[in-house]
Amino acid sequence: MHRTGELYGQYKTLDQQKETATLGMWIFLVTEILFFGGLFLTYTVNRHQFPTAFGVGGNMLDLNLGFANTIVLIASSFTMAMSVWSAQTSKKQFVTIFLILTLILGGVFLGVKVVEYKQKFDHHLIPGHSFDITYCSNNPAACGLSGKDLQDELKEIREGIEAEGGVTGLNAHAQLYFSLYFGMTGLHALHMIVGAGLLLWLILQARKGRFDANYNTPVENIGLYWHFVDIVWIFLFPLLYLINRHLA
Amino acid sequence: MSENSNHHVVSPWIYFTILCALLIGTVVTVLAAKIDLGRMNIVLALLIATIKMTLVILFFMHGKYSPKRTQLVIMAGFFWLAIMLGLTLTDYTTRHLDQPSRGATSPAVSIHRA
Repeated sequence: MHRTGELYGQYKTLDQQKETATLGMWIFLVTEILFFGGLFLTYTVNRHQFPTAFGVGGNMLDLNLGFANTIVLIASSFTMAMSVWSAQTSKKQFVTIFLILTLILGGVFLGVKVVEYKQKFDHHLIPGHSFDITYCSNNPAACGLSGKDLQDELKEIREGIEAEGGVTGLNAHAQLYFSLYFGMTGLHALHMIVGAGLLLWLILQARKGRFDANYNTPVENIGLYWHFVDIVWIFLFPLLYLINRHLA
Repeated sequence: MSENSNHHVVSPWIYFTILCALLIGTVVTVLAAKIDLGRMNIVLALLIATIKMTLVILFFMHGKYSPKRTQLVIMAGFFWLAIMLGLTLTDYTTRHLDQPSRGATSPAVSIHRA
């Protein structure tokens, strides 16, 4: 590990060195934009073809948990930005505090995601042999469905079966939706896990007082990564959770 | 060249304002989704998400204060994304225009078009 804030031979100034590192980070993020872009494209094409099945699938998600997680992730972007500010103004203790807050919020997000995945597993919504979009409407007690929620669910499944020309068609295309749901949120969660690892490393460095106004490139660049992951979720949330909410 | 732009320190108040704007945007997007706007639901949802993304890039990610070279890289990224999405969708949305229906395998399409 090189000394913090050391000027490498190929640069004239520390500013130029930092700017180069940030530019490199952005170029990496552009590849990430296109990486996730492929998934968003797949989603768009399939939703365009099977709007009803995607709507039925989307309404199976827990809106409250998705909404809460969006708030948590936006808050974590704020604390991340604040840790960059703390480093830039040499408030070394605050760098650590804000990084720890960011890590905690990231952990909460992943924890909620685990709860959601478990729920989908219990409701037979994992793509594969036991996938059954009608499971909850056939076993309302197992899914905690009753009253108006159950009526809405039954109506939606009925309309879905009609639009897809049978329960087989609805299951096939709802399964496509859930494959994309798990693929996209899973890849997003993987980025969060990588981000949590990076944050942990930053916290260890920050505790040694490594980051100040002269040297804060790692905080800044890992911050860029963290904000990028937040942006992906900003699009995933409406696209996956809010497709057909006006029907409910 | 604005080589010293990395020295720009964004005030916590700007960060806090952006945080509030993003939270309001999240609430608005959920409320808007519960109203039946037909095809405009998805347009509005994507519009709000795009505004939120722009705020994150400009302020949290310091895009507004970055050197022009970095800004060019950011915009190039979205330009490539637009090519990928745009050109692919021109294909997918026009592929079956010459056919009355795609048949029994995906009746959802005919409903969608009607």
